[in-house]
Amino acid sequence: MTRKTTLMFAGLLALALTLGACAPTGETVEVTRIVEVEVAGETMVEQIPAPGYGEILARVQARGRLICAGRTDLLGFGYLDDDGRNIGMDIDLCRAIAGAIFGDGEAIEIVAISAAERGPILQTGEVDVLIRNVTWTSSREAQWGNFTTVTFYDGQGYMVRTDSGIESQEDMDGASVCVTGGTTTAQNLADDFRQRGFEYEAVIFEDTASVYGAYFDGRCDVTTSDKSQLAAIRAGADDPDAHIILEPTISKEPLTPAVPHGDDQWLDIVKLVMYGLVNAEELGVTQANVGDMMASDQIPVRRLLGEEGEWGYTDLGLSADALANAIKAVGNYGEIYDRYMGPNGIAFTLPRGLNELWSNGGLIYAPPVK
Amino acid sequence: MARVSSATGAFWRDERVLRAAAQIVSAVLVLAAIAWTVLNLLEAAERRGIALSFGFINLPAEFPISESILPYDPSKTFGFAFLVGVLNTLKVAVIGVVLATILGTILGLARLSSNWLVNRIALVYIELHRNIPLLVLLFLWYFAVFNKLPSPKDSVVLPGPIFLSQRGLYITSARLAPSGLIFLFALGLGVVLAIVAWVVLRRKREQLGRPTYYAGVSLAILLLVPALGWVASGGNPLVLDVPVLEGFNFKGGLRLTPEFGAMLVGLVTYTAAFIAEVVRSGIQAVDRGQVEAARSVGLGSMQILTLVILPQAMRVITPPLISQYLNLTKNSSLAVAIGYADLFNVGRTMINQSGRAVPIFGMIMATYLLMSLITSLILNLYNRRILRVER
Repeated sequence: MTRKTTLMFAGLLALALTLGACAPTGETVEVTRIVEVEVAGETMVEQIPAPGYGEILARVQARGRLICAGRTDLLGFGYLDDDGRNIGMDIDLCRAIAGAIFGDGEAIEIVAISAAERGPILQTGEVDVLIRNVTWTSSREAQWGNFTTVTFYDGQGYMVRTDSGIESQEDMDGASVCVTGGTTTAQNLADDFRQRGFEYEAVIFEDTASVYGAYFDGRCDVTTSDKSQLAAIRAGADDPDAHIILEPTISKEPLTPAVPHGDDQWLDIVKLVMYGLVNAEELGVTQANVGDMMASDQIPVRRLLGEEGEWGYTDLGLSADALANAIKAVGNYGEIYDRYMGPNGIAFTLPRGLNELWSNGGLIYAPPVK
Repeated sequence: MARVSSATGAFWRDERVLRAAAQIVSAVLVLAAIAWTVLNLLEAAERRGIALSFGFINLPAEFPISESILPYDPSKTFGFAFLVGVLNTLKVAVIGVVLATILGTILGLARLSSNWLVNRIALVYIELHRNIPLLVLLFLWYFAVFNKLPSPKDSVVLPGPIFLSQRGLYITSARLAPSGLIFLFALGLGVVLAIVAWVVLRRKREQLGRPTYYAGVSLAILLLVPALGWVASGGNPLVLDVPVLEGFNFKGGLRLTPEFGAMLVGLVTYTAAFIAEVVRSGIQAVDRGQVEAARSVGLGSMQILTLVILPQAMRVITPPLISQYLNLTKNSSLAVAIGYADLFNVGRTMINQSGRAVPIFGMIMATYLLMSLITSLILNLYNRRILRVER
């Protein structure tokens, strides 16, 4: 018994694979079966091509739909409406890309993932675009994939109970803080408290719903996340007035769609669509008037909608009216924002702030169509 | 393979040769498959620019961990953070195994009880826990029980004092005062003397064949000697560390976090149901005749249990018990759902922080494998020992 165990011990350690190695004589059939499984796994790995120039667009077109990594659990960005339809700002951005490629904003598939899965799913190229509240950071750009252009300027803040007596970060020494693991959020929290020399207890959950569940139950005095997310959570609380989002913003969180490394054409396509949505807002092109605008006498509008000249759309493998189709599918940037977070937004209301157009004092800016 | 002499025919008809050949062929096939998989992984990773090196281990982790046995802060390295996770897993697994064994044994015995009520209560408990997924139990314990405890300000105060709130269980702990060394020495002396008395008097009882009250004498020594030490040390060898509510949380004392508590209770109550079944089946595997024979030579019911039934039942119980211990250890990875900073939870954060998914998953798998193999090695040694004693 022991000798067999020792043998197994050594064998398995060395091979880092279970079973097989010390199976008694006569079980060759079983071993062969294991080998076949390995071979099957092998072939599957081989079938995912490492993306080179133009490969992702070809893959998407052959498949007939765009696969985006998104989420179903964050009000405003990616959530389910009363009919179970996946909606939100991130989802609309995905629809815009599908609209530009297929002329059909419904030709999408959303893969709902957790925060920790974002890097690996992009590295392995399992999805075409990652649009899931991803903060663009230097290390993620080096490791995960290429970041396109910022679609939402966010920053991390703190939310506390109104009756907790916490008015600023200075009052938080010794507090328990609920936070999502595997995000920049937990790191920013650690940085902020470490800098102040404060003691704290970080209660870290994998699942966003658990973070706020624990906070609302009183497990933590404070919860921290991007302010847009806190606004969403507060709006969904039983009594929103019982919670307050503190003024200071402790980090820069540029939320940005990302694409796999290796395919420059695909990177350019996603950027083109994102910029197109911004330019459309600047030029006053909306989902409702895009048809009429194609006959506009404004030269920049005609260029944007592909009515006059060729400004790189077909070079990237898209049709001339790609952006017109994207706008038809979801509207311009401002419309998308207002749909979920504007004064009459269906999710909650959040002033645009940094997410105003540059011409209105914000940071949203797009290169011209020329 | 050397030719094996055989009187009956050609060597390829020799069963021993065929056996060895089959072994070698299967080993080669398995190794080839593994090599193929690993090479494929390496090549695919390189093509996608995924880093497979372990160099990140020495970089600062920069993320917080909610609880740690060793002093941890975000400036420590990834390697240290991983160790913290491993220790947290070991903490919940070791305590969990001990408690699950105790609870499981009680439930298993209760299941065999002739008392209808006890028997049925055990049955309902076992069926309930065996048929609900552990993840559901954990959520229930964490969100529906531990998180619904009163806030720290309205803590339940138990004698001790022990404070029970949403922030966990704060227990008054004790530190040794400078004068406490005398007491500590007396305590050690008491334990040693008690053991000596137990062994000596028990042997004497066997020699003389009359009672020597070895249990009573040992107990008296165990209590008296440290009591003398207590008096000699000035009456108060221990300094109490009482938890005090300061600001948001308690300070001082010994703390069990709600995450650890829910994890431990969830794992113990769940695994105990399985262990109960293992214990029940092990005891039922002992022939009825054994009990009847023991009764006929005049053994009491406790003696029958400890001297006749359990030693034989252990042989049946141990192997499936090992699986339950391994299950408990591996199931602790569900901690990620309720925020307990176990090995898997920390590992996941490390993956996100460093972007090294493949090496870190490798580390996580290797660690669980190592823990499982060590556990089964130890228990298999124990199993062999009880088998030999019986033969």
